[in-house]
Formats: sequence, C-alpha cells, structure tokens
Amino acid sequence: MISNASKMATDSPRSPSLWVPKTVVIRKITPEVENVATYHLAFTDADAAASYRFKPGQFNMLYMPGVGESAISISGDPESPELLDHTIRVAGNVTRGLTQLKPGDTLGLRGPFGSSWPMEQCVGRDVLLVTGGIGLPPLRPAIYQLLKRRQDFGNLHLLYGARSPDVLLHQNEFDDWKRSGLTIQKTVDRSVFGWKGNVGVVTLLLERLHSFDPSNTVLFCCGPEVMMRFVARTAFDRGLTAEQIWVSTERNMQCAVGLCGHCQLGPQFICKDGPVFRYDQIAPLLTVEGL
Amino acid sequence: MTLKEENHSEENLPATPHHEVFVAIDGFALLFDVLKSSGFQIVGPTIDQDAIVYDQIDSVDDLPKGWTDVQKPGLYRLNQRNDDKLFGYNVGPHSWKKYLFPPNVALSIGKKNEDGWEFQEAPDDPPKLAFLGVRACELAAIRIQDRVFVGGDYVDSTYQKRRQRILIIAVNCTQAAETCFCTSMDTGPRCTDGFDLALTELDDGFLVEASTPEGKAIVDQLITLEVTRKQQQSAELARQNAVDQIKKRMDTTEIRDLLMSNLEHARWDEVASRCLSCTNCTMVCPTCFCSSVEEVSDLAGENVERRRQWDSCFNLEFSYMNGGVVRDSTRSRYRQWMTHKLATWIDQFGTSGCVGCGRCISWCPVGIDLTEEVAAIRKDAP
Repeated sequence: MISNASKMATDSPRSPSLWVPKTVVIRKITPEVENVATYHLAFTDADAAASYRFKPGQFNMLYMPGVGESAISISGDPESPELLDHTIRVAGNVTRGLTQLKPGDTLGLRGPFGSSWPMEQCVGRDVLLVTGGIGLPPLRPAIYQLLKRRQDFGNLHLLYGARSPDVLLHQNEFDDWKRSGLTIQKTVDRSVFGWKGNVGVVTLLLERLHSFDPSNTVLFCCGPEVMMRFVARTAFDRGLTAEQIWVSTERNMQCAVGLCGHCQLGPQFICKDGPVFRYDQIAPLLTVEGL
Repeated sequence: MTLKEENHSEENLPATPHHEVFVAIDGFALLFDVLKSSGFQIVGPTIDQDAIVYDQIDSVDDLPKGWTDVQKPGLYRLNQRNDDKLFGYNVGPHSWKKYLFPPNVALSIGKKNEDGWEFQEAPDDPPKLAFLGVRACELAAIRIQDRVFVGGDYVDSTYQKRRQRILIIAVNCTQAAETCFCTSMDTGPRCTDGFDLALTELDDGFLVEASTPEGKAIVDQLITLEVTRKQQQSAELARQNAVDQIKKRMDTTEIRDLLMSNLEHARWDEVASRCLSCTNCTMVCPTCFCSSVEEVSDLAGENVERRRQWDSCFNLEFSYMNGGVVRDSTRSRYRQWMTHKLATWIDQFGTSGCVGCGRCISWCPVGIDLTEEVAAIRKDAP
C-alpha cells in the first residue's frame, strides 16, 4: 500500500528550514513604465551571494516583513547573479509596498524556485519568443543566454505585444538585442500618434512570421493563459507541435515548494513542477474552467 | 504487503506479526507512569464539548471510559456503553495531524536593526509526545503526511522535528461507525505497521504488541502475562467485529482516471447545490495539508513573525491571483477538494489522499458523503 520510502526522511537528521529568507539590499531601482520598475537586489551575506545561481524562467519569493511574500520571476542575466533583477508590476499588497522602498533598503528573499526554460532544446534550432506585457521579464534571462551563445542557435525572433506603445518593457535594450542577432517585432492593442509599428494581437505577428523552420523550432511563451492558448493554436497552424512549445504558467504561489497547496492546477504544483511546462503536459488543464 | 495479503496469510500463520503480551486492566495505569518517566507527554482521546477529541491526558481517568460514538452523514453523538471500555468508539473531529502539522505555528522571525532586516528560524522545541489510541486509518494518514512533508524534494522541518519526537501507541478498532470505509481504502481496521505499540482491548485488559525497540522498551516496564489461547480468540473476534460492521464502500477502481475524465460532470453542479463551502471536511481530514502564512508584527513593525495556519481549498481567496480568484464557484472548489483527495494526490504522492476514516462525512453539516459522490460519477461512466 504505502512503502516506507518516507521513513528515511523522518529518521534523517533535521533538514534546514525552507522558510527563512536571506536578506537582500536594493542596490538600484530602475523605473520602466507606469507601475513597473526593476529592482536590482544583492545579498548582504557573502556566502549567500556566492552560492546563489538561477536558471532562466525561475522565480524568487520576495518578502516585505509585515506585508508578506510575492512570487517574482528573475529578469536579469543568469551569468551575473551578483545583482538580481526583478521587474515588478504593482498588483497586490507586496508589490505596492515595494514602491515605498528606496535603494539601500533591505528585504527578504527565498529562492530560486521552479522549473526553467529548456535552453538545451534551443541548440541548433530556430527560437520564437512570444510574449505580452509583463510577460517579457521572465523571458529576459533566456534572451541573455541565447545572445551570449548566439552561434549555437538558428534564427531568433521576439514577438512582443502590449496594450499600448508606452507600456512596452525593456525597449532601451532592444537595439542591443537586435545588434546581437535577435529580430524583434512589436505590436500594440491601441496605437497612439507617431506609432509606426503593428496594431493587433501578438498572434498576428506569429501568423505572418517568416524565416523560421517549423520542423526545427522551439517556441517559448509567457503571458496571460488566454494569450498562451491562442499563441499555441496559431503555432499549430504554422506547423509546430505541442512538444515544441513551452509556456510559463501562474497561480497563487505561497510556499514555493509544493507544501501549501495554493498553486495546484490538477496534479501540478505550479511552484515546483512549473512554472515552465512543455505545452502538451499542461494544455488539457488550461482549458478546464476553474480547475 | 497489502492488508488484503496479510489477512489472507493470517489464515495459515500466527495471528499477529509481532509477539503479543497481555496487560490486565488494573495494570494499564502503569503505562501512563512509564510513558511519563520516559519523558513523554501523553495525548489521547478525551471528552470535550460532547465529542471525543485528542488532547493532553494525564491518567486513565481522562479516557472516555464507558462512552461510544454514533456517526452518520452530518451527525456525531456520544452514547454511554453498557461496559467500561476505554477505546469503544471510532474517530472524532480531531486527528493527530494537529500535533505534527500544527494549526498555527511560527516559521520565521524578522528583526529590523540599523543595517536592515535580519531573518532567522522561529524558536521551535516541540515536546516528546506519546500518541495513545491511534487507529489504523490514522496510521495511514500519518504515513501519507510523511510523504507530503518529508518524502519529497523539500522537507518541512517543523513537521519533521515533531515527527521524530513521537511514540505511537495504536489501538485496533473493535467496532466500526456507519461512516467508516477503511476496508475500501486498504488502510484498516487492523493496525499492521507504523506504530511502536498496538493494543487490542478485551473485557479485562489489553493485548499489547511492540513493533519497535522503543515500543519494546515501554512494554518491558509493564506488568505483563503470557497471552492465553482464549484471550487470543477474543481479540480476533473483537477485531473481526470491526471488519464485519463496516458497511460503507467506495469503489476505487481506476478512480484517478474516472474523476479526471469527468471534470465537467453534472454531479459537480448537483453537489455544489448542497455544499456550504464551510471547510469542515478539510479541517477534520487527517491528511489535508493546505496552509497560508500570515504576518504578525509588533506595533513598530520591527519585529515580525511569519505564522503558518491551516487553510482550505474551500476558502474563496485560496486561489486568489492577479486581482481575481481562479476557483470562484462552490462547484469548482468541491471538485478541487475531491479530485485532489482521490485522484491527483496519486500523481503527486503515489497514494490516495483518503484513508476512509469518514470524518468528512460525519462533520459535513449537510451530510455530503464523498463515497456517494464517487458512485454517482461512476454510475455514468462508460
């Protein structure tokens, strides 16, 4: 019925607490667009700094004592973990509380947690990064890694949508990324005077995209669930299969280690089994209302 | 070894897997003294607010001597027995979970000094506890929570620390409630492993079996007699009585696929029309493990404790995300609870989350019976 597999753990020496955050200091705050800023964080403890590594797509739990924790994906370069970027949109108590902080202030951090974008799948293949709004920051570490080893990959495309031109994120880096070999197409839901780009949903960019080989492509998608479903549908029309698509999902993550139950989606704990899933592993669960 | 296999083998082999001794009822009080002198606080069944609950107990007098319980969907009552049995009832609203996974426990402490925030583990020194009166379904529940809290990649240290400091004295059920269905879940009623000591209550004393060195060390300090053939037969009859009284069944055949392929079944709407989303089933369940963390701060906001409390998937805000809730209907929340308990738990932990104790049936204020819900969905399955 039930094996004694767990007996080992109950008898083993006591494990360190998963709940105690490390102290990080805010080195810098970069305002991005309205209600979005990037917090550049550094550990105050040298040992914590030396041992910390993260993979693209993973997240940290940022902790404001007295307010609470919030799951924030890491938006910086995995090869420069000494300064951890978190690009944060004001959405709840914790993210609102963070707007009251200034460089030099400290907070707590637990992490990194969760699955990552499968960078090894990109080698020798075309890579499509399809995202919208605040979905770009979780892909930014993957962009850094792709561009750092640019010669290992085929064509690299970023298809990025936003509500309006003024809320497109990380635009100051777009020229660098283009020079390094990433083609970027932007689209907005609502145009403004002077906007010369595309208007419409991001799937339109995917419908029209050329210079990629559908049989030898991987697609990473991060955005609202409804967007990811439509991106996947469009990708199927373009000849991709579900096994070539990875998405980053979101639920109410609290403990980040699969022990509190909040982030369940069917059998998956989004915090530890995700947030990044291959599409065929998660798609049936995304279409059930209220699961 | 499954329970079924063991029952089968009992026909040919000695009736118990471990050596049993007899402790007369007059000598049972000594167990309390031995446990205390071994450094244990004793927790066990006692009567509070017209229910048999688990609480700290000091002597035999604290046990529900001569009481029994009557349970039906949405009903729990205590009745007096016509004998002086100490364990002549089944499980009540409490489970041992409250000692291993406390309903409210401090996890970490933050202190603000001139350099900023410093964090440390909350002080936590749980006592050595002797659980007295753990039923077979509850042993199974502890094994399941072991898998949840210490069996995976991430080990919950608050659970682990408590788990390492308990002694388990199990009691074989000699009767069953109308809500019991442990035989369907292969978890009882016989205690087969996962205990230090197991008792079977007779009219004039207990058969006691020790399955660990710790249990043996306790028994060695009791006044024991060799078990007579008659006592052995009485114990077998008493334990068989529990098996015979279990009438409730749940067909678990392919239950994972049954439920996960019926996520839009009309029965979810039907049960939602009765369910109050009150969380009772999750609070009394011995395996439910959902929790939330809250901040407890001093007035200056410079000393902050993080405290974990039991939460429930029936709470509306449980699935809050980005300004909305994912499971915004009772239908979606009941479906989450039942499919998690009986189906996706198997994906996550390699075991059902249900032990067949029937608490969720008795303590549901409107008497929803999950075995009936499964049967209703199965009825329509191809």
